[in-house]
Amino acid sequence: MSVINAGLKTRGDFSKLQEQLKKSRQDKSSYIAVCGDTGCTVWGSKKVKNIVQDYLEKKGLGQKVGLKFTGCLGLCESGPDVMVFPQGIIYQKVMESDVEEIIDKTVLRGEVIERLLYQDPLTGQKYVYADDIPFYKKQERRLIGNNWTNDPTSIEDYLSLNGYEALVKVLTSMSGREVIEEVLKTRLRGRGGAGFPTGLKWEECYEAVSDRKFIICNADEGDPGAFMDRSLLEGNPHSVLEGLIIGGYAIGAAEGIIYIRAEYPTAVAKVRLAIAQAEEMGLLGENILGSNFNFRVSVSIGAGAFVCGETSALVASVEGRTGEPRQKPPHLAERGYLNKPTVINNVETLANVPFIIRYGADHYGLTGTERSKGTKIFSLVGKIVNTGLVEVPLGMTLREIIFDIGGGIKDGKEFKAVQTGGPSGGCLPASLLDSPTDFEELSAAGSMMGSGGMIVMDEDTCMVDIARYFLSFLEDESCGSCFTCREGISRMLEMVEDITRGNSSLEQLELLKELAQVVKDSTMCGLGQTSANPVFATLRYFEDEYMAHIIEKRCPAGVCRDLITLSINGELCEGCGACLKKCPGEAIQGEKKESHTIMQDKCTKCGICLETCKFDAVIKQ
Amino acid sequence: MKALEENLRLGQKDPHIQQNGSIISLLQEIQERYNYLPEDVLRDLAKKRNVSLMEIFSIATFYKSFSLTPKGKHKIVTCSGTACHVRGSEKVTREISRKLGIEPGSTTEDGEYSLESVNCLGACALAPLVVIDDQYFGSMSSAKILEIINGYATKDAACSCHAQTEEETPEAKTA
Ligand SMILES: Cc1cc2nc3c(=O)[nH]c(=O)nc-3n(C[C@H](O)[C@H](O)[C@H](O)COP(=O)(O)O)c2cc1C
Ligand code: FES
Repeated sequence: MSVINAGLKTRGDFSKLQEQLKKSRQDKSSYIAVCGDTGCTVWGSKKVKNIVQDYLEKKGLGQKVGLKFTGCLGLCESGPDVMVFPQGIIYQKVMESDVEEIIDKTVLRGEVIERLLYQDPLTGQKYVYADDIPFYKKQERRLIGNNWTNDPTSIEDYLSLNGYEALVKVLTSMSGREVIEEVLKTRLRGRGGAGFPTGLKWEECYEAVSDRKFIICNADEGDPGAFMDRSLLEGNPHSVLEGLIIGGYAIGAAEGIIYIRAEYPTAVAKVRLAIAQAEEMGLLGENILGSNFNFRVSVSIGAGAFVCGETSALVASVEGRTGEPRQKPPHLAERGYLNKPTVINNVETLANVPFIIRYGADHYGLTGTERSKGTKIFSLVGKIVNTGLVEVPLGMTLREIIFDIGGGIKDGKEFKAVQTGGPSGGCLPASLLDSPTDFEELSAAGSMMGSGGMIVMDEDTCMVDIARYFLSFLEDESCGSCFTCREGISRMLEMVEDITRGNSSLEQLELLKELAQVVKDSTMCGLGQTSANPVFATLRYFEDEYMAHIIEKRCPAGVCRDLITLSINGELCEGCGACLKKCPGEAIQGEKKESHTIMQDKCTKCGICLETCKFDAVIKQ
Repeated sequence: MKALEENLRLGQKDPHIQQNGSIISLLQEIQERYNYLPEDVLRDLAKKRNVSLMEIFSIATFYKSFSLTPKGKHKIVTCSGTACHVRGSEKVTREISRKLGIEPGSTTEDGEYSLESVNCLGACALAPLVVIDDQYFGSMSSAKILEIINGYATKDAACSCHAQTEEETPEAKTA
């Protein structure tokens, strides 16, 4: 069945095609969605999809029951996730061997397969329909909600879900100025980290006079622990592309670039495919739908440097140079890519744009807080039960996100902190769990919204080790142009390392605080200016942990290697020999059936014995 | 050098490379082909593109994805992103490092293994994550990864762990 109508020339062509596609989708309301996001493919969803396809064909159901290899369905840790429509039944951890049963029972007879259902980790209750699961119920999935109805490799799917309608509306009934006005009205703020109002950024570039302008989509997603942008690009690449084209139209640019990090090969492939499809469809290229608006998009691939997410460094990288930031002003709206006025927006920011145009600023503003409108996607990871991708109204409290949606802390442990904002962000303690996720509130609390990584930490996480971790990340990623960034981060790292080794003093701690302030005040770009945040942020709420390391030479969480010892409790040890066999350092001795001991001089504290022991006889102190 | 000619031709298909001769894209293609950036190819590139060798080296050493030395037969990549870190990735990396006798960023003398540590592979829900020759291994621990590497050593890559080859997606070919 082919309804592809390449080369749309007018608005009428578009409407006709859209209607045709909607009708054909209605005829195929029965379908199976297999999650094709990187997360689930690691769990084996590609094989599951292939088997579904083969079995549907074998049963002669190929025409009647659809199959979509979709974007992220949300519950990444218990993948592969599979959904059966029209009912909206969700199955988890689906193995290849489950496929025939799903088709025979659920698809053909509407029966539910109990063992594959989602089970609430707290109450033990099982859920049949995705919409009933608290994880989904509390979310507002504006940008990722289409993931289970949309095949990201099919532009027809996107069109049938009203895709590119916003672009058509803009091209046929709005001026660039009017588009900017609409975006200004929503008070949409950039989702890449800094939260700058998108409308103002566009306006500045709109007003710049130049023969050539650019709009760049920042898909560098350098924050470790964050995968919202990847999931958006893999799950709904056309929505980002549509936002980019509308942005280009608004500011008067004819060229767009999508800058994607090299670590995301699947996203790159999906974006390239989306561009090719939009070109073929006549939604990209010359004189789009007879509007006299020309727009081309190309893809540029990063080469592994965190600092390239910073806008001036990104421009340098796209231009083919080393990604070193430069002094601003001049701002990018004045002098950007190839020295021409340029707008750089984050992936998620752009994905919001079609929604705004389609439903209008007033509707958009119904969600969110006074100063932070709309929704935000978070990657909820770390020591949390429902690890995955969530989209919530801005202003929802951290507690609601972590406990109601995320299902709380893994393995019945205590919550310690939640880290947001990437390396430049901060860690908030339990006492601030009722803080709303709003740009200002999070900053006031000593963290920041950032791009959306939300890493949950439990009692087994050492906050001094977290500071050390981020400093070593930033030391690695500093481009080295500013002396205080290059040297300052290294010295801070050394000092924090000394603390983790029990080699520090209160005087050293004071010196660390002083140095942190100097680095903050004397560096040029966002990386350097926020590089002391790991220190400030952990000291602010977890100074007692620093004290335990410095004064008592003790790591309360049992993480810092130099401050812990592993030993065996002779009373519990059965002498099974499992740890002895596994110990890579040959540090364990003991006869079979007799209690074993760890030779401290050989122990590397890898913890394998702790992992292996079935009798809980290994003690970490 | 024929391969380089091909690389240059490839590069010219991209409008932005034509525009300003992005050395980065060319280096990416060279790296893809040889698994690293061989010095003679870089010298050749400098001559053909009329840029200084210094500039090429400064780019090649600035970006993490480039390597000036050959990679091992098996490429082990561990994730050291935040999500992986809080779930113990450092221990996992340390064990691999100890087992192979190399630090992240280097290759064993026999050229069998190279070890690399990167900041987030974007599959944080499966933390800690290790990728061996494009095969992803989620929820790793020191003990599990040692078993897997031992499996490689005995030429038997099969293991009881949850794993899946991330083959080239069909979209990648049509794009
Ligand atoms: C060191 C550093 C790294 C950054 N990395 C990213 C990134 O990976 N993705 C992103 O969208 N923004 C990143 N930013 C923020 C960008 O500079 C910029 O604010 C953003 O892309 C603008 O888009 P927005 O207004 O739509 O958020 C980074 C900033 C700094 C200082
Ligand atoms: S932190 Fe390891 S995959 Fe993201």
